[in-house]
Amino acid sequence: MNIRLKLNGKVISEDIEPDLLLIDLVRKHGCKSVKRGCETANCGLCTVIMNGKPVLSCSVLAARADGQEVFTLEGLQNEASEFIDFIAQQGADQCGFCNPGFVMNTIALLRENPDPTDDEIRAFLSGNLCRCSGYEGQLRGIRNYLDSRKGGDI
Amino acid sequence: MITIKEYIKAESLEQAYELNQKKKNKIIGGMLWLKMGSGMIDTAIDLCGLGLDKTDETENEFIIGAMTTLRTLETHEGLNEYTNYAFKRAFENIVGVQFRNLATIGGSLWGRYGFSDVLTLLMSLDCSVELYKGGIVPIAQFASMKPDRDIIVRIIIKKVKGSFTYSDMRIQSTDFPVLNCAVSYFDEMWRCSVGARPHKAVLIKDENMILSEKPTAEQAEAFAKTVAEKVSFGSNMRGSAQYRKRLAEVLITRLLTGNGGSEQ
Repeated sequence: MNIRLKLNGKVISEDIEPDLLLIDLVRKHGCKSVKRGCETANCGLCTVIMNGKPVLSCSVLAARADGQEVFTLEGLQNEASEFIDFIAQQGADQCGFCNPGFVMNTIALLRENPDPTDDEIRAFLSGNLCRCSGYEGQLRGIRNYLDSRKGGDI
Repeated sequence: MITIKEYIKAESLEQAYELNQKKKNKIIGGMLWLKMGSGMIDTAIDLCGLGLDKTDETENEFIIGAMTTLRTLETHEGLNEYTNYAFKRAFENIVGVQFRNLATIGGSLWGRYGFSDVLTLLMSLDCSVELYKGGIVPIAQFASMKPDRDIIVRIIIKKVKGSFTYSDMRIQSTDFPVLNCAVSYFDEMWRCSVGARPHKAVLIKDENMILSEKPTAEQAEAFAKTVAEKVSFGSNMRGSAQYRKRLAEVLITRLLTGNGGSEQ
């Protein structure tokens, strides 16, 4: 079957198998930030933004993306660059494997709620697993970024 | 991993229903549970083009399309206001936001899953399920029906004057619940649903009128004990039957006395 979608702003058209997953489609198009992790829809590594909402690309049929708009981290680097240094400064991305998923979901969080509390950050990012850091580094990084926007002390 | 021979975006419910009569064809909801299985699907039938991803609120009811995501319901102001934030409380620990942006209410109910937070909450409300051929059936009846080849079209929640609350116990947030409970009061009757037993949720009504409209601590404890006696519990890696039974007493007592449960 043939599908047509917008991937990171570019229209792509592709002949696909009916059971191709969105993660495999975007990786085939060079979006290697999207990682295959748990395969059980639990870890958040494969997060992409489809029609403005963060979803797990390991659980979406590519066929369902027909006519939709999909963004991966490759297409949102400017938006991500606003806060990723704050996360890196906290040493939060140790092995870095979870990082693209965390960044994508943080983008989704900040679009939906530009001034979240710490509890709201924890709740929104609870679907992103990290096996190195214990999550405190990511939280401090995002908090520092938010405080810096308000002109507060870091 | 499942394999799919053909994918069809249904153009009508009738087309979807006809396709679904073949045993090797399947309706796909959020695909999160389906994807975990193995085997071959001849035709995956997608309802996503039928406008069933919306929630309408009228003066008397909420009408929820079967393809509405759990995240939409978790953040729905009207539903949360009506249920004292029981929707938010029941859904917010289901894996993560990205998961809940995919999981659908129809898919969550169709499986009548033993771990379901969704079924437990809805059973405590004045809620019905609209099936394409089977018509509108109360949710408790739906839960006890054997899965057939029908299709869930909508979920209907009547707005009745009452109170609603929900609580669960998880070993860790975003894990499956060890136990979940929802308590409601409407039409002069207290109701309590208990799920993740680890079997599918069941509804117990206070038919012996143990509880007054504003239950005392003693009444709450007595009712919680009665529910725990009536409901059968099982054991799995998250907890033993005995532990779940004790947990049910505690959660139900807390819900009835306002110590815990859903709130903004």
